[in-house]
Amino acid sequence: MSAPLLEVEGLVKQFADRGILRRGGPPVRAVDGVSLTIAPGETLALVGESGSGKTTVGRTILRLEQPTAGRVRFEGIDLGTLAPRELRAVRRRMQIVFQDPFASLNPRRTVGAAIAEGLEIHDVVPGAAIPERVAALLGEVGLDPSAAGRYPHQFSGGQRQRIGIARALAVEPKFIVCDEPVSALDVSVQAQVLNLLMDLRDQRGLAYLFIAHDLAVVRQVAHRVAVMYLGTIVETGPARDVIATPRHPYTQALVSAVPNPDPARQRNRIVLAGEPPSPTVPPPGCPFASRCFHPARDERCIAERPALRPVGRHDVACHHAESDQ
Amino acid sequence: MTPLLEIDQLSISFPHRDGPTALAVDGVSLTISPGELVALVGESGCGKSHTGLAMLRLLPAAAELGENSVIRFDGTDLARLSDAEVRRYRGARIAMVFQDPMASLNPVMRVGDQISEAIRAHAAVTSAVARARAVELLAEVGLADPRSAVDAWPHQLSGGMRQRVMLAIALAAEPDLLVADEPTTALDVTVQAQILELIDALRQRRRMAVLLITHDLGVVAGRADRVMVMYAGRIVESATTAELFAAPRHPYTRGLFASIPRLDADGSRLVPITGTVPPPDRWPSGCRFHPRCPLAESRCGTEAPGLVATPTGHAAACWITAGSGS
Repeated sequence: MSAPLLEVEGLVKQFADRGILRRGGPPVRAVDGVSLTIAPGETLALVGESGSGKTTVGRTILRLEQPTAGRVRFEGIDLGTLAPRELRAVRRRMQIVFQDPFASLNPRRTVGAAIAEGLEIHDVVPGAAIPERVAALLGEVGLDPSAAGRYPHQFSGGQRQRIGIARALAVEPKFIVCDEPVSALDVSVQAQVLNLLMDLRDQRGLAYLFIAHDLAVVRQVAHRVAVMYLGTIVETGPARDVIATPRHPYTQALVSAVPNPDPARQRNRIVLAGEPPSPTVPPPGCPFASRCFHPARDERCIAERPALRPVGRHDVACHHAESDQ
Repeated sequence: MTPLLEIDQLSISFPHRDGPTALAVDGVSLTISPGELVALVGESGCGKSHTGLAMLRLLPAAAELGENSVIRFDGTDLARLSDAEVRRYRGARIAMVFQDPMASLNPVMRVGDQISEAIRAHAAVTSAVARARAVELLAEVGLADPRSAVDAWPHQLSGGMRQRVMLAIALAAEPDLLVADEPTTALDVTVQAQILELIDALRQRRRMAVLLITHDLGVVAGRADRVMVMYAGRIVESATTAELFAAPRHPYTRGLFASIPRLDADGSRLVPITGTVPPPDRWPSGCRFHPRCPLAESRCGTEAPGLVATPTGHAAACWITAGSGS
């Protein structure tokens, strides 16, 4: 595999736990030491449930949030060492597509203006060529060029997501964080947008960090997957492999919980007890220990945090990943 | 078996002062037997939630029930009852849980008090008895520590726990029918699995019928006895879960299956349904799916097909795939 486009090392992001009634408590450890790499043209899916820290990883990589610790290298450049001006130049090559395309579009600006904005800021094409480029981008995401003169509310959810994608593409990025890009869409429209994202990836050689909670969607689009739980990666490897033979008990539960639209092939469901621990006071041992059903679970799981280590073709953070269940 | 609920020709419209009346639900008929789990599946705007709300007569004030609509529950047509009479059924014999439990729970009232309130609305018991019953209900819906949960405020609970509390409130009067409208859509997958297991366990233990309203065919598989698929205000297909999943007959249902990413897929490209779901004031003539249908012929654009059933009761409304009889 070629040199990584993106290298994330030991990423930590803590948020101050400040409310009206509490002050100065311990910080929330949203991301607690995440390392990952993405090669050019590769899609890495970051999977986890709400509160697992997956969205914060994406936002911190793009420097929409300042990391508390850790390093993010993009095309070999450490983003933490860049002055704001230099960072802006790098940002042109790193874009984001959000879950809710409507919330990320200004309702009072035409679609054409929203797409042209990035072209103007980054001087991608001469001013006179902008309308033509906007029309080409709209065509590329499957919309009619006449969409440029209309407003976001005149479009359906799927069309708005296409607009969000066109806007991200405008500045010719190499890397896009796709943050739950199809979660808000109707099933019949979801597939259209997934196919579009995959076509664009292949045509333009884009790399994606694809943040999702739906493993079936991940199976469809991702080359590799990293499963997050309570701010850490508990398992990572080739997407098909991890989903077919998950080694971490949490991944196993996650895979078994995915609704399968085939009554004849209902997997044995693992129904997890309880809820994840608070990210304010993460347990010293394995973050999943309190809900773990692994028969070999022992004192060590409570006391000592397991590191990600190679087990077969994946990396797994479980003291008992080798033992049969 | 005599059905517990029999809906016949349910139509719900939203009259506009100027412009055409939007028909959100158009001639929906369905039955549910005691203890049965029936799923109503469709995408946003198809009318599935309005169908559910109509059973409890909880439609928004602007909605009008069609003249011929019948909502017969245990022999009584709820569509003909006064608001006061409906209250003997709503909450008591038919209960409902919604997608967002936080929007349904009172944020300034302790969980136990909200359950007690539901109990005492339908039974003359003392507050001490109601509270003890609330603890029992919280235990039944699987809250780990019901004695302390009874004093909790809604904001102290996670999404999954709140949905369990909503179920406890719904169960308070021992309903015969639970209408669950996207009960797990806002929840994480592992929590979703917990809540679906719980709903299934409750219906078996209590022999309670469930109408599960969902957009997710995966949620339906392996749980529902029967499935009805709605599109643009009409039921387009209806069958036992096994038959529907083995051999879907309506092109819309087939399209849904082809567009769902699956864990066991071979990685081939998804086949989406083209276009988008039209809004109720712009529903197409004839078969409402025809502009998006790969099989559509000229007749589909002008004449609406009725549901045609096979001998096993697998019904579909399609001129092409379900024959032309009526």
